[in-house]
Amino acid sequence: MMPSAAMSGHGAQTATSKPARLKTRVVDRFSEPIAAYLLALPGGALLALLFILPVIAVFVIATTNWSFGGTSLSFVGMRNFRDVFADSTFRMSFLNTIVYVLIVVPGTIGLGLLIALLIEARPSLRGFYRAIHFLPFMATLAASAVAWEMLLHPTMGLVNQAFSALGLPTANWLRDEKTVLPVLALIGIWQNLGFAMVLFLAGLKAIPADLYEAADIDGADGWFDRLRTVTLPMLGPVTMFVVVVVAIRAFEVFDTIAILTQGGPGRASEVLLYTLYRESFEYLRTGYGAAVTVVFLGIIVTLTLVQVGVMEKRVHYS
Amino acid sequence: MAGLSISGVSKGFGSIKVLKDISLQVEDGEFLTILGPSGCGKSTLLKILAGLETQDSGSIFLGERQLDGLRPKHRDVAMVFQSYALYPHMTVAWNMALPLRMRRLNAWQRFPVLGALLPRTAAVRKEIAAEVSRVAAALGIDQLLDRKPAQLSGGQRQRVAVGRAMVREPAVFLMDEPLSNLDAKLRVQMRAEIKELHRRLGSTFIYVTHDQTEAMTLSDRVVVMADGEILQVARPQDIYADPCDLRVAEFVGSPKINIIEGRMQRDRLVDVAGLLLPLDVASAVGTRILIGVRPEALRLAEHASKVAISATVRLIEHMGSDVFVHVEMPGVSDLFVMRLPLERAFRIQLGEPLQLGLRPGQLLFFDAEGRRIRTTSAVTPIERRALA
Repeated sequence: MMPSAAMSGHGAQTATSKPARLKTRVVDRFSEPIAAYLLALPGGALLALLFILPVIAVFVIATTNWSFGGTSLSFVGMRNFRDVFADSTFRMSFLNTIVYVLIVVPGTIGLGLLIALLIEARPSLRGFYRAIHFLPFMATLAASAVAWEMLLHPTMGLVNQAFSALGLPTANWLRDEKTVLPVLALIGIWQNLGFAMVLFLAGLKAIPADLYEAADIDGADGWFDRLRTVTLPMLGPVTMFVVVVVAIRAFEVFDTIAILTQGGPGRASEVLLYTLYRESFEYLRTGYGAAVTVVFLGIIVTLTLVQVGVMEKRVHYS
Repeated sequence: MAGLSISGVSKGFGSIKVLKDISLQVEDGEFLTILGPSGCGKSTLLKILAGLETQDSGSIFLGERQLDGLRPKHRDVAMVFQSYALYPHMTVAWNMALPLRMRRLNAWQRFPVLGALLPRTAAVRKEIAAEVSRVAAALGIDQLLDRKPAQLSGGQRQRVAVGRAMVREPAVFLMDEPLSNLDAKLRVQMRAEIKELHRRLGSTFIYVTHDQTEAMTLSDRVVVMADGEILQVARPQDIYADPCDLRVAEFVGSPKINIIEGRMQRDRLVDVAGLLLPLDVASAVGTRILIGVRPEALRLAEHASKVAISATVRLIEHMGSDVFVHVEMPGVSDLFVMRLPLERAFRIQLGEPLQLGLRPGQLLFFDAEGRRIRTTSAVTPIERRALA
């Protein structure tokens, strides 16, 4: 059967005219890549329009003295960057952001891991605990920021009332230069905790039970030894991912600052994104704002590269 | 060193009974294999021996020492897991050293960096390193000590897992399907290595598998389990030739044993596919009897006779030295497999009618519940329809 079918196919091909055959071959050769590019086009166009072009625009604007809504601009080279690094507000803002990140990241990771371990330890009410810890992450931050403002109100707020009832020192948390940044960082931890917890829970689920059994037999059966021998090393990849994502989210903090403190009192809670916003859209110094954006982008890209690099080298075991 | 004695161990998960009143004596230095299909409770039994699960009732003694309630690390048993369960972030040397570190160093001495400053830590660590390299050399993995498990092949990981168990010099080795993640060729090689290891160490080995070849080749004795119960404990050759339960007969042997149904007739004769076989039991006429016929218990008869069964060839499988011939017999729904040496089988054609003879003495009789009916007299087929 097979040879005769091939023969007849051959016959059909010789019967078609020469130009037609050539055309088929050309289409065959190019139709597949063309289809591929066509399919990639919508995604590619959106990526270019919403991401690549704006980034290029930011880099270009950062080298000009353009102000928002202005009709003229001129090229000023690196002057905006020199201004940025010479500006005490920017340096204050940069430092505040670093402090904020240094509180939020370890706090979120530590508490998130602790809660994940506690939830995983007992099967009862697992879904409930998961849900209540994850809620802050889902909630609209603007709305919960208002709730925090009420809680932290110097006279009527629940926090101060509870503190004074317990004989603890009270403060005007959001209006005191000493407390404002740590309090905002605590809100940041509260907000990111659920996210870290969910990722840690998934990571814990993926640890093979065999390893804990092997640890039991090898004698690593106390909670600390189990944690050190199996849990923490096996959570390495997840932890790396959570650290980077939470760090990026902490660098991006804006809503709580904008709603609760507007960078105040003084410049005590001024952070990078808030400076960027104020320079660009309140003072309309768009060129300067773009330079801050470039610095900000640099931080985010560095973090991401660190994540990729470390992930590839160290924390993946297979 | 002493034998392991398991008495009346039961275990259930919720309403499911996984182990039903298991009692078993394991001799000191014995290689005992627990064989059974998946879900028969064999791994649960192993975990109870290791202390990873707690039995609902029953007790376990290692020599004079009662193991019940002891934590795994205090039981003097080591386990090799199916997945090897190596710590992926540790080097081979650390993986193997861990059981010794946990035993010989206290929590402070194990503390990173600072622990090294404490007195005696350095000496103990050196001693551990020496023992690890001795065991590694014995297993031929001494050049791999600085690698991590991900950089090892399946066979090498397996050796590391065995090494981690060996460094502790336990009285009992528990092995949970240690070869099932290896490819066929490596499995044969590792099988030989495990056998050799047992011979060299002289420790008690309890080996869980669903692979009958492993059970038959490695063990001093085989325990066949099904549905949470022990069906038979016997030497490998007896498990094959003298099974006490239909499930044992069916589980052991490849190709599978042929089962044919017969009915008791008058005068202690059983009717099997038209042949009458004497069976020395006092069962009522019409009782269902199951007859197990190993593929090699069938032979080719030269010509049709009164003691031959006629059959038709339906499938021929060449296995090299042997040929499996699947035949259809009138009135029997399943195909029968017979094993023939190549020189006897090369002329057989598909669809060819054959005359088969039964090798008397190799037939296994079971009652309707699958219990073996032991016959004292040698079984010789009586003439076809002689009494019909």
